[in-house]
Amino acid sequence: MGPESLEARQKAAVEEVLKAYPEKAAKNRAKHLGVGSPEDESQKTCGNVRSNKKTVPGVMSQRGCAYAGSKGVVWGPVKDMVHISHGPVGCGQYSRAGRRNYYIGTTGVDTFVTMNFTSDFQEKDIVFGGDKKLTKCLEEIDALFPLNNGITVQSECPIGLIGDDINATSKQYAKQTGQTIVPVNCEGFRGVSQSLGHHIANDTVRDYVFDANPTVLGAPIEVTEYDVAIIGDYNIGGDAWSSRILLEEMGLRVVAQWSGDATLKEMAATTKVKLNLLHCYRSMNYISRHMEKEYGIPWIEYNFFGPSQTIKSLRKIAAFFDETIQAKCEEVIEKYQPLVDAVVNKYRPRLEGKQVMLFVGGLRPRHVIGAYEDLGMEVIGTGYEFAHDDDYKRTKDEIFRSTVIYDDVNEYELEAFVKALQPDLVASGIKEKYVFQKMGLPYRQMHSWDYSGPYHGYDGFAIFAQDMDLAINSPVWAHTKAPWDKEGEA
Amino acid sequence: MQEIEKIVNGQKLFQRPEYQEVLKNKKEFEGGMGAIDAEKVTEIAEWTKTWDYREKNLAREAITVNPAKACQPLGAVMVALGFENTMPYVHGSHGCVAYFRSYFTKHFKEPTPCVSDSMTEDAAVFGGLANMKDGLKNCAALYKPEMIAVSTTCMAEVIGDDLYAFAVAAKEEDGGEYLPAEFPITYAHTPSFTGSHITGYDNMMHGILEQLTTDQKTEEKKERINIIPGFETYIGSIRSVKAIVESFGASYMMLGDHSDQWDMPAGNYSMFSGGTPIADAKDSINSTSTISLQKYATVKTMKMVQKRWKHKGGFSNPIGLKGTDEFVMKLAELTGNDIPAKLKIERGRLVDAMQDSYPYMHGKKFAIWGDPDFLVGLVSFLLEMGAEPTHVLCHNAPKGWDEEMREMLDTSPAAASCHVWAGKDLWHMRSLLFTEPVDFMIGNSYGKELMRDTGIPLIYIGFPIFDRHHLHRYSIAGYDGALNLLTWITNKVLDQLDEETKNIASTDYFFDLVR
Repeated sequence: MGPESLEARQKAAVEEVLKAYPEKAAKNRAKHLGVGSPEDESQKTCGNVRSNKKTVPGVMSQRGCAYAGSKGVVWGPVKDMVHISHGPVGCGQYSRAGRRNYYIGTTGVDTFVTMNFTSDFQEKDIVFGGDKKLTKCLEEIDALFPLNNGITVQSECPIGLIGDDINATSKQYAKQTGQTIVPVNCEGFRGVSQSLGHHIANDTVRDYVFDANPTVLGAPIEVTEYDVAIIGDYNIGGDAWSSRILLEEMGLRVVAQWSGDATLKEMAATTKVKLNLLHCYRSMNYISRHMEKEYGIPWIEYNFFGPSQTIKSLRKIAAFFDETIQAKCEEVIEKYQPLVDAVVNKYRPRLEGKQVMLFVGGLRPRHVIGAYEDLGMEVIGTGYEFAHDDDYKRTKDEIFRSTVIYDDVNEYELEAFVKALQPDLVASGIKEKYVFQKMGLPYRQMHSWDYSGPYHGYDGFAIFAQDMDLAINSPVWAHTKAPWDKEGEA
Repeated sequence: MQEIEKIVNGQKLFQRPEYQEVLKNKKEFEGGMGAIDAEKVTEIAEWTKTWDYREKNLAREAITVNPAKACQPLGAVMVALGFENTMPYVHGSHGCVAYFRSYFTKHFKEPTPCVSDSMTEDAAVFGGLANMKDGLKNCAALYKPEMIAVSTTCMAEVIGDDLYAFAVAAKEEDGGEYLPAEFPITYAHTPSFTGSHITGYDNMMHGILEQLTTDQKTEEKKERINIIPGFETYIGSIRSVKAIVESFGASYMMLGDHSDQWDMPAGNYSMFSGGTPIADAKDSINSTSTISLQKYATVKTMKMVQKRWKHKGGFSNPIGLKGTDEFVMKLAELTGNDIPAKLKIERGRLVDAMQDSYPYMHGKKFAIWGDPDFLVGLVSFLLEMGAEPTHVLCHNAPKGWDEEMREMLDTSPAAASCHVWAGKDLWHMRSLLFTEPVDFMIGNSYGKELMRDTGIPLIYIGFPIFDRHHLHRYSIAGYDGALNLLTWITNKVLDQLDEETKNIASTDYFFDLVR
C-alpha cells in the first residue's frame, strides 16, 4: 500500500460505505458521515455532519429511546425515589441495573436504583386504560416502601397512545398524600433517540422539583460562597465520586450530584448554588440553562477525562472563585502531578501510537479523546448516538487529527469503517463489543467502563490507562491464529 | 490517591479513607433516610423480613417489583435467529431493539443482530407503513438476509398495523430490486402487554412455520422428526438434544436452532451463523413427527402442528433423569429403533453420579424461579435427588402450569412445605425467603440481590445470567445435562459447607478434606 494519508483513507471509507445503500437511504446517511479536521475552520460541525434526525429504518442503529433517556439516564439514578416503568414489563426489565449508576444506600428500604418497578400492563389495561392501576401502584409503593422520598412515572410507548392521563392521576395522588409524584411523558416513540427523553426529564425536574418545592427530610442546607453542583454525572462506576474529591480538595462544597447517587433533596437545593458544573452537556444542558435564567446560576462545562483536560477544567472552575480557591486548585494540580507522570511513564510506552475508534453517547465521543491522547493514543474515528449540532460543533475543538465522524452509526457502517481503517482498539457499547472481539480486535465498553472505572479525575485516569493497556496488550488476542494456520490466514 | 504499582478500580478505591471521608461528607446534603436516621432504615429493613410485611406484599394487586419475565418480541428475536441467514426485524421504535440486543448480548456474550424500522411520532399518527417499506428494503440491501422475520413492539400493536399488508406493499413498491416476490418476509404480532417472552417465541415460531409451509405439503410424508427447542438459553442443551436424536440414527431437523448464532468461534465474524435452512423449514410440514421440548413456550405452534399438520410426537422436556428417559423413549417409539447402547451407558453414568452425591442434596430446601418449562425440568430433577423445592415461582406461568407443578410437588414426602407461586415476582420471593427460608436458591442474575439481602447462596441456573461467565455454553438437557446440574448444585452445597465450617478453632473440625 502506498503512503496514502489517513484523511484520504477516511474519505474513501465514507464513500465506500454509502455504496451499499439504496438511493434514498444513501442520500440520508451521506449527511451524517464526514471527516473532521482540526485545521479546517470552514466546517460548521465536526466533519460537517448533520445530526438529531430520524434514524434510517431497517438499519441496525445503536440508538435508544426517550424512555431510556429519562428512566435510564436522568431519573433512574436518583436513589431515594422509586421510578415506575409504566406500561408493559419489557422496558424496565431490559434496562434494569445495567448502567452501573453507583450509590450508597439500603436497596429496597431507603434506596431503589437497581430495582425494577413496573405496572406490567396487560391487555385489559391497554383497552380500558391504566390510570386506576397507576393510582393503585402509587398506593402500594407507599405502603411497602415507606421510606421512598417520591415516585416518578416513566411512560412507555402505549401510555401516550391509549390516552391515559398520568399527569392528572399523579397530581391527584400528590395532592392527597403530599408526596412528590413526577409524571414523565417519555414514551419511546417520542423524538428520534434518547435525547428527547433527557429534555423531557429535565423539564419535569423543573416542574416537580424546583417549582413544586417538595418536602424534604432533615435540616435545610445552609448556603456558602463555595457551593457548586455536579450536573450530568451519572456516577457510572463511581465517576462522580472521583470527581467530587477533587472539587472538595480545592475548597468547593459539592451540594448536589445530578443524578448519580443523588437524592431529591440535593436536587432541590441546587437552585441555591453559586455555580453549576456541567459534565454531560447533552443530557442536562436544559436544566442548567433553566437555572441560569430563573435563578441566575451560571454554568460551565468541564471535562475530567485525562490529566490535560482535568487540569484545564480545574483551572476553569477555580477562575470562577476567589484567590483562595485558585491557590488550592494549583495545590491540587501539583499534588496529583506525580501520579500523572507515573501513569504516563508506565503506560505511554505500551500504548503510544495505537489508534482508536470510538462510538458512544452523550459527551464521551469528544470528552475521552484527550485522555487517549494523553497516553499517546490516536483517536481516528468518533461519533455519537444521539448528539445535536452543538455537540458536533464542540467536537471540532477536541480532535487532534483527521477523524472520521459518524452520527448514529449503524452496525454495518461501523464494521466497514473498522475494516477500512484497522484501528488497534474499538471503544463503544455492549451491542457491538463481541462483533469486534471476534475479529480479534481489543475492545472496551465506554458506556459501562466494561465493569471497571471510575474513569473521571486523576484516580480515574490511572484506571483508564491500566484498562486500555489491559485490552490492547492482553495475550489473548494472539491466540486467534492457530499454530497450524499458514501465514496470512486468520 | 492511586499507587502506581497497585492501581485499583472502584471496588477498592472507594474503600480508601479519603473516599470514605468524601462519602461521609456527602451525607450532609442527602435527603435519603440513611443520611437522616439510620435507625429508621434498620427498623424498616427488619420489618420487610416479617410475616406482616409478607402478607401486605403478597396482597399487591397493581405494582410489580423485580419481575422474572420479559416481553414478547424478545422471544420473537430468538426464533428468527434460529433460522439460517434470517434477520429479526422489529416493527416499532428502535429503543426496543437496542434493549433486546443488549439483553441477549449481556447473557450470551455474543453479538445479536436485529433491526428495527425506527417508528417515531408521525408513524404513531399515520401508521408505520412508510417505515416498513423503507425498512425492509434497507435491511435487505445492507445485510442481505435470506429471510426477514418481522415482529412488533407494543407501539405498533396499539396503533394496529397490519404486517401482512405492509409486507406485500413493501415488495410492490420495491419492484423486486431488493425484495423479490419470492423473498420470505415472515411475521408475527407480538404485543408486549400479553403473555411474556415465551408467548412471543410461540407466536413467531407459529408465524414462520405457518407462512413458510404454505403450499409446501406433499402427498408423501418423510420419516423425519422435527424438534422445536423452545426459548432455550443453554446452547449446550440444543447440542445434547441433537446428539441424542442422532444416536438413534433418526432423520430430524431442529426448527429454530440458534446454537451456532450465539456461539461463534473467534477469528472471523459473520453476522449470521448456523440455523435451520429455510428450505428445511419449508419442508418441515412433511415430516411425520414434531417434538416440542417446551410445552408452555409452543402452545399455539404445537396446536397447528398437531391439528393441521397431524404430526405425531407432542411434548417432551428432556431435563433431568426422568425427562430425558421420557424423551429417549419417545424417540424409540417414533423411530421404531432400540435405545442405543451409548445412551444406556450415559444414563448409567448419570445415575451412578446421582447415587454418589445424593446425601448433599437430599432434604435440602430450594427456592427456584424461571420460565415454566425450565421449572418443570429443574423441579423434576430436584425431586429425583430427594431435595425439597420449597418455593417454586413462575412469574410468567401460563394456564395449567401451577396444577402441573403442584402434582409434581405432591409426589415429594415434603409436599406440605413445598409451595407453587404462579404470577409472583422476585420481591414476593424476598418475603417468602425471609419468612420460610431455604438452604439454596436456583435462578438467574436477578437472584443476586436476594442473595445479598437474605444471605442464601444462589446457584446460577436460568436466564438471564449476566454476571457469571460461560454457563450458557453448557447443557442442562439430556443425561449429560443432568450431570452438569448435579455437579453445579452439589458443589455449591459443598462450597457452602466449607464456608460455614472454615472458622479456625471453632467450626473447622468439620472442615473435612474428604466429602
